[in-house]
Amino acid sequence: MAGQTCDLFDCGHRACGGCGAALVSRLILDAAGEDTIVVSSTGCMEVFSTPYPETAWKVPWIHSLFENNSAVASGIVAALKKQGRKEKVIAIGGDGATFDIGMICISGAFERGHDFTYICYDNEAYMNTGIQRSGATPYDASTTTSPAGKCATGNPLPKKDMPKILAAHGAPYVATATIAYPADIRKKVKKALDTPGPCYIQIHAPCCTGWGFEAEKTMEIGKLAVETGLWVNYEMEQGEVTKVKKVVRKPVEEYLKTQKRFRHLFRPVRNDTEIAKIQAIADRNAEKYGIDIKLKKD
Amino acid sequence: MMEIMEGSHAVAEAVKQCRPEVIAAYPITPQTHIVEALADMVADCSLDCEYITVESEFSALSACLGASAAGSRVYSATTSQGLALMFEVCYNVAGMRLPIVMSIVNRSLGAPLSIWNDQQDSISLRDSGWLQYYAEDNQEATDLHYIAYKVAEDHNILLPAFVCFDGFILSHTYEPVDMITQEQADRYLPAFKPYQKLDCRDPISFGMYATPDYYLEFRYEIDQAMKRSAAVFEKAGKEFFEMFGRDYRSPVEEYRLDDADTAIVAMGSICGTVKDAIDEMRDAGKKVGLLKIRTFRPFPSAEVKSALSGVSRVAVLDKNISLGAKGAVALEIKDALYGSQVPVLDYIIALGGRDVRRKDIREVVSNAEAGIGDLFYGLRTEVL
Repeated sequence: MAGQTCDLFDCGHRACGGCGAALVSRLILDAAGEDTIVVSSTGCMEVFSTPYPETAWKVPWIHSLFENNSAVASGIVAALKKQGRKEKVIAIGGDGATFDIGMICISGAFERGHDFTYICYDNEAYMNTGIQRSGATPYDASTTTSPAGKCATGNPLPKKDMPKILAAHGAPYVATATIAYPADIRKKVKKALDTPGPCYIQIHAPCCTGWGFEAEKTMEIGKLAVETGLWVNYEMEQGEVTKVKKVVRKPVEEYLKTQKRFRHLFRPVRNDTEIAKIQAIADRNAEKYGIDIKLKKD
Repeated sequence: MMEIMEGSHAVAEAVKQCRPEVIAAYPITPQTHIVEALADMVADCSLDCEYITVESEFSALSACLGASAAGSRVYSATTSQGLALMFEVCYNVAGMRLPIVMSIVNRSLGAPLSIWNDQQDSISLRDSGWLQYYAEDNQEATDLHYIAYKVAEDHNILLPAFVCFDGFILSHTYEPVDMITQEQADRYLPAFKPYQKLDCRDPISFGMYATPDYYLEFRYEIDQAMKRSAAVFEKAGKEFFEMFGRDYRSPVEEYRLDDADTAIVAMGSICGTVKDAIDEMRDAGKKVGLLKIRTFRPFPSAEVKSALSGVSRVAVLDKNISLGAKGAVALEIKDALYGSQVPVLDYIIALGGRDVRRKDIREVVSNAEAGIGDLFYGLRTEVL
């Protein structure tokens, strides 16, 4: 696998060891192949992959600004159409670029129906600027702008439901994924690229630096997010949920305990009230998407 | 062929003849008639082009950026608040050396909100790396579009260009315009040949970040291209002159300036009024002339110095103000004349669409002769 993925997203980039976003880059290009043009937003991925004069991208790649990747992609798609070219176009942005500052551009591009795939690598905060809260930051996560303190338990707001918003734009294919399941990402990227019109994939990308865990735990934490129901892997086609990853659910604290961003919920004293609120979020997810595998009782 | 045309429609016709492959634009007064006319052409199949109806000016120029990087000739048009919303993208387009041509239908910037004309909008982007050409009338506004594409796309330049003309005063006014034919346009402006583009057969990275080891050199190269563009403008103007007989070879235009005591310096449609006023003043025995600035970026300092070296005083009409300093044109003129003894007096005039008549020009000249300047002309002190 290493040999293949290094072909298009080169190994010599400058991401942190254990970076979820770097895995996203590799997996996307692995699935998309060389006939792909990538548009990146400003952010970690852009910075760790393209310090002039070096680039890790072996496909045509362009970065313009933080908030305009889907508008730039609109123009590329239009130009390719006019020129009769068949390359696929992928826009990639972090959660800040996607959920917050780039929202108007994404909404416009999806409403207009350009044929491209938007991939959000969701590490749940502004990591490139030093771990500030975004609209994708989960409830109670401590960030540098939503710190836990004597009278705060971290981010006081819930995560924005971006996939639903884009499905409501009429996107023919919307999916969520996590780097813990690489084959699933490849499959979803291929499906999005094969679906005409604007498609959206939101990929859970654990950030060891921002979330506070050891680099070798990235995959394990990605998996735990799904197994606790705090992240749901699903596909929506024409606005309807068509496929959901089912799990035998674990208590949310098994996920929370692995990361420093939730440490204040356990130390110096355990905060059962807040942990229960987060468990309720997972329970609602489970009910909404039907993720629970019912074990047969003897 | 000479036709009576609205300025916006003449510009739209010229844009069509330049064969843009992608247009992305967002409606804003007084730019709308251009983009509406282009939309009609697309709807009637007389213009074969991808027309993106974006959700903001910010996205309009971002889409143009993407399309240009993908190797297409692109076009947009905006004004005022729309251009202000594009600010970030403007710097980006120039830094990425994408030869986008955009019409700026000059309008004031809020607050207070004003849809009327001055040149504060494009002047505010003077440092962004876009070529800036200003038109006096609809013929010039039309012709400068062909020239702008030719200069911008030259592989020794690769800079974006504003073609600026005054909102309403030109854009919504009917004047005789001599349109060239499509066949003539094709001969003057061949198909776009991108220097490099997003291409899977030859993948390159656009828009990488630069550390302090490289950033300064990138900016230097843009500045060098800006300076080189003066000669390319002259060459493009010469070709245009030879093919169509209209002369835009010089970055400045002199009007009865040879023996003038007072030189007026101005840009855009106000130059027409100034010329009429000069004729009247000349008839009355006053030696007054005009130096019209056609290319504000790059700024033609050498031509300005040469044209103004013999005058007794210079009166600059600035349809903009760098608040806390002076008008942008006056600052450039002072810089060009540095070391000479010629006094340069600045008149902030016509902001927000305040009408300017021949008598106002006469009064400016009287003021200049009396050494009174560096003021807002025509202030209604009763409403202050």
